[in-house]
Amino acid sequence: MDELVIQKLGPLSDEEMVLNMGPQHPSTHGVIRFVVKGDGEVIKVALPVVGYLHRAIEKIGEIVTFPGFMPYTDRADYLAAMFANEGYALAVEKLMGLEAPPRAQYCRAISCELNRIASHLISVGTMGQDIGALTPFVHALRERETLNDLIEELCGARLTYHYHRIGGVAFDVPDGWAEKTLRFLDRFERILDEYDRLLTWNEIYVKRLADLGVIPAEMAIDYGLVGPNLRASGVDWDLRRDLPYGCYRDFQFQVPVGKGWVGKVGDCFDRYYVRILEMRESVKIVRQALEKLPAGETMHPKIPKKVKPPAGEAWARVESARGEMGYYVTADGVSEKAQRVRIRTGSYLAMGVVEPLSRGMMIADLVALIASLDVVAPEIDR
Amino acid sequence: MTLSPEEIHAKAKAAFGEAVGELQPPAKDAFFTVTPAKIREVCAFLKEDPSLAFDFLEDVTATDHHPKEPLIRLVYHLFSYRHRHGIVVKAELPRDGASLPSLDPVWKAANWLEREVYDLFGVAFEGHPDLRRIMMPDDWVGHPLRKDYQEAGGYFDITNVRDSALVEFRRMDEAVRAAAEKSAATNATPATPATAPAAPAPAGGAQVH
Repeated sequence: MDELVIQKLGPLSDEEMVLNMGPQHPSTHGVIRFVVKGDGEVIKVALPVVGYLHRAIEKIGEIVTFPGFMPYTDRADYLAAMFANEGYALAVEKLMGLEAPPRAQYCRAISCELNRIASHLISVGTMGQDIGALTPFVHALRERETLNDLIEELCGARLTYHYHRIGGVAFDVPDGWAEKTLRFLDRFERILDEYDRLLTWNEIYVKRLADLGVIPAEMAIDYGLVGPNLRASGVDWDLRRDLPYGCYRDFQFQVPVGKGWVGKVGDCFDRYYVRILEMRESVKIVRQALEKLPAGETMHPKIPKKVKPPAGEAWARVESARGEMGYYVTADGVSEKAQRVRIRTGSYLAMGVVEPLSRGMMIADLVALIASLDVVAPEIDR
Repeated sequence: MTLSPEEIHAKAKAAFGEAVGELQPPAKDAFFTVTPAKIREVCAFLKEDPSLAFDFLEDVTATDHHPKEPLIRLVYHLFSYRHRHGIVVKAELPRDGASLPSLDPVWKAANWLEREVYDLFGVAFEGHPDLRRIMMPDDWVGHPLRKDYQEAGGYFDITNVRDSALVEFRRMDEAVRAAAEKSAATNATPATPATAPAAPAPAGGAQVH
């Protein structure tokens, strides 16, 4: 079954060997596999082998109705399911030619930014864990628990939210929830400073990640990297600011861009630190959104029971925790089911960069590189 | 400077003439169709022309139009970070022997995106450096996102079409009962349920389709 991979590796010299990493490997963030040809510890080529978590979500999109597909989008990225919900909702709303009411858009932004913090916490925590610092992961999960509690109170689920619906959101903000969230944010900002002391500027950590896996800006664009991975390479681009969707126009926030804090721009440390800074910006956005939260409906009044958009095709994208997530949805105008649902995810394209980047790397550094790209297996395979 | 889809289309049309089709009325996202054989030249032009500068290949995917039309349409979503404009380019291919030039020499992102289309739609990309399946195993038969795709029923004797457990249990109970009745009919001395021989398990590990 692996003939093609072995063929791609090419002939082995006497010193070289083939090492199989994964798919069940603690450092591969789910089920991802790498076939490494190495000379001792030095990688000649590392081939990513994906597809172990392929659940045919795009095919399911053609089998179930438009609203019926929403829970499946959760599974496309279970660490940042709000964005997967939102992207699909935006695409179908674009097909139907309507917009969610203002209060729903604010609820979407609040839930998404909280989810972004939760997702980045996992990324930051596992980043430390993968290169041997086990403690920060526990700290990160502690804060994520509180976030999960908050989100659970909002939508009833801790991981697969199904909160955004076509035309709005499922539930309004519960009573007293805003105060709880603000209290969490106050605490969380102090905790972020703690992370900086515990992990970010730790000398071992910095030396381990500086100048490792440098992705120049042109390369990042050419390989289709998005989100924090793209910004870490110095490309100043964020959909929320540059092509705002929903209510993001209303908020003031900075877009952190990689500066080469401890080494070259676009190294593993930049990708890590951009995420820390993004969490701070998300805190700002949630504060503003809770303050400005407009009154009104949380669901568009004209959403029929049977969603049947007119014939056409729509492409909608959102700035997910893992970067731009695009949905391409086509309808034929007759059926209650989509003709095609395509999910373009950041993790999938980020995996494409591993092979060229890993040449000449140490095997232990490959683990750091994967962690810094923040790929999650369900988003790669869908 | 951000260009409208009309302006982008006019530039492509001026450079390539017949190979570039008409701009479809932009009901949602404006797109134009390109002759498949010319796709690489047109896309290289869209990337290199300084006023267009489509440096970001957002997505490559396909739509299968079986059974209405015997067509597979490739869909390319392009975007320019510099000018902040986007366009959708399509290419129409026959369903049988679908093949067109790879965009890997233009954008490296095409490598993985085209592998996925190859795997799930069975579109061959000429000049692709690494055209292997990516989601499905290498020895998989068929291309799952085609509309007429039929599941093979299993893979290495692992069935993927199984009845609900309740249906399967009922079938096993019935087999036990039928075996007991059969032995009662053949034996001269009627066997009580307690002494009835155990019914054989369904042969071959119950491969239910």
